[in-house]
Amino acid sequence: MLLQIAEPGQSAAPHQHKLAAGIDLGTTNSLVATVRSGEAKTLVNQQGRDMLPSVVRYTADNVIVGDDAMAAAATDADNTIVSVKRLMGKGYSETLALKDKVPYQLVDQQGLVAIDTAQGVKNPVEISAEILATLANTASETLGGELNGVVITVPAYFDDAQRQATKDAAKLAGLNVMRLLNEPTAAALAYGLDSGQEGVIAVYDLGGGTFDISILRLRRGVFEVLATGGDSALGGDDFDHAIVSHLQQLSGQSSLSHQAMRHYLTLARHVKEQLTDNEVTHFTLPGAADSMQLSRADIEQLIAPLVKKTIRACRQVLRDADLTVEDVVKVVMVGGSTRVPLVRQDVARFFGNEPLTSIDPDKVVALGAAIQANVLVGNKADSDTLLLDVIPLSLGLETMGGLTEKIIPRNTVIPVARAQEFTTFKDGQTAMALHVVQGERELVDDCRSLARFELRGIPPMPAGGAHIRVTFQVDADGLLSVTAQEKSSGVQANIQVKPSYGLSDEQVTTMLKSSMQFARQDMQLRLLREQQVEAERVLEAVSQALNTDVSLLDEKEVADITQALARLAQVKQGDDTAAIKAAIEHTNTLTDDFAARRMDQSIRTALKGHNVDEV
Amino acid sequence: MAISMTTAAADRVRSFLQNRGKGLGLRVGIKTTGCSGLAYVLEFVDTLNDDDEVFEQDDLKLIVDGKSLVYIDGTQLDFVKEGLNEGFQFNNPNVNGECGCGESFTV
Repeated sequence: MLLQIAEPGQSAAPHQHKLAAGIDLGTTNSLVATVRSGEAKTLVNQQGRDMLPSVVRYTADNVIVGDDAMAAAATDADNTIVSVKRLMGKGYSETLALKDKVPYQLVDQQGLVAIDTAQGVKNPVEISAEILATLANTASETLGGELNGVVITVPAYFDDAQRQATKDAAKLAGLNVMRLLNEPTAAALAYGLDSGQEGVIAVYDLGGGTFDISILRLRRGVFEVLATGGDSALGGDDFDHAIVSHLQQLSGQSSLSHQAMRHYLTLARHVKEQLTDNEVTHFTLPGAADSMQLSRADIEQLIAPLVKKTIRACRQVLRDADLTVEDVVKVVMVGGSTRVPLVRQDVARFFGNEPLTSIDPDKVVALGAAIQANVLVGNKADSDTLLLDVIPLSLGLETMGGLTEKIIPRNTVIPVARAQEFTTFKDGQTAMALHVVQGERELVDDCRSLARFELRGIPPMPAGGAHIRVTFQVDADGLLSVTAQEKSSGVQANIQVKPSYGLSDEQVTTMLKSSMQFARQDMQLRLLREQQVEAERVLEAVSQALNTDVSLLDEKEVADITQALARLAQVKQGDDTAAIKAAIEHTNTLTDDFAARRMDQSIRTALKGHNVDEV
Repeated sequence: MAISMTTAAADRVRSFLQNRGKGLGLRVGIKTTGCSGLAYVLEFVDTLNDDDEVFEQDDLKLIVDGKSLVYIDGTQLDFVKEGLNEGFQFNNPNVNGECGCGESFTV
């Protein structure tokens, strides 16, 4: 048994060393790290590498993970599963858009997505478990024992289903997950920001294929994710492609074969890496004889629009969090593409703050996870770092006219409970249908339906008389429960929203984008629907009154009101908000007197047979 | 009475202390638990106790409490690699019996 140095007073009893590791389970690469003798380090496998490609290959009688699997990606694409993270916690129908983009066969496994391989149907949980088991194996070989617990990082926007799938994968790999940790929080922990200055921290994560920007707040040693944003289809690969098309122009080749494309991509990456440290680089185009040169300024011109896009996302996420750049005290850089000088420079300029880059941006998340794992397994006494989450999209209810009423706005910190009162629409209404939706759009049809349930047994009351309190509660694990209760009778109904209704980052991004794109249109539709609902209410109320109290009106009045109602019913069908509003107002004015007479009559009825003193 | 470190061990201790950013030195000692009676202690030191003895080796301090010293006097601390695993090992001349893994011992 080889010993490690413990913190003062934390030496473990013999045979009770608590071994813990942090795992960065990435889309492209995964890493495992641990804290030994007070130092967080990524662990290398037998081949001496710490980055394990997140690739699993199934052959008829074997499962291969990592570099060897990736080597077969081109020749055995059907059985070589890359980027499985994008499929975690997804329903089959949710992945239809990916069907043509992935080189393997997606199939429907009882509603969930799975992949048809040489070893039969494998689901994303099983595939991720292979990656996790490989990393855990490296860790226990290095640490000389079984792991007591691990911390696995997930993107901050991962929903409940995706988090649950990650936990399931760990369980399948025989690992004890002490906690899932948000990737940006892990990066902040790696820099030791938990014991530093309190305030707002921005984590800028530009990987190969994705860009994430997260805004965290550190208060009394607790990290809270205030907001997340980014672009799930923007990364260093796009830099490479921009350089390739430039090289293509230089060489005068308009189209490239698959193989030529690979050569050009390799060259583009080489050029990009060379220009990270040098101002100028020399190279030879594939198949050309003469050497060419490119300067850093040349490629910066090519990638500048892409970097600008990330800065726009930074601006947006700050706006979401209701903050300005002045609020940000630290900026953390994550992901290999943040080595590009232009990226660092533009990020520094935007935040007016030199970003933290001293830790290898490919490893920083795994290192932070290792530090957290070390705390959680009990190797460090004086720490109680707690981490909080936010909900990625607003949660709300459908109201009359197919409109959304947001109960919990997006980016609210969980756990959270919010309540709002609703009422009945019709006289004597005894049941209410509740439709729980998720999204930013004004119309229910444009949001995602999460659940439906009914509140029954409402005592019959006039329209608007019932007080129905609807409470939305999201617990620390992100599970939503909705309760509706009628106040006078106490009748209630509730529903738990199943995690499988979660959303992918692409969907979240798409939904957010469309909510901005359609903001004006949505608002106009909302105003129209509101007037239509109001028109419906007026029609219902006046018709009801005509039925019971027509005797209070003379013939002309009846005719006028009937005509006004007919007109209102007609314009209500249209989409002219102003016309509907005018017709409602016209009807209201016309029936003012009628309403007053009905009121007088009901008072007279109420007082009939009673002495004035009794009132 | 004294204890010491190999160069390999000293290099690692120096680097771990630097990385930690604080600490007076390395505590080497024993405690009375384990399947064979006694177990080694290896910890960073932030404060010295009254009964501590300090052994200096180059720029590093090895700190041992008086009671432990009896059992580990003459020990040389080494840092070794075994496959992917690496860590510290006690070469203790006082040991009469060890448990199978060498983590606890009797004198």
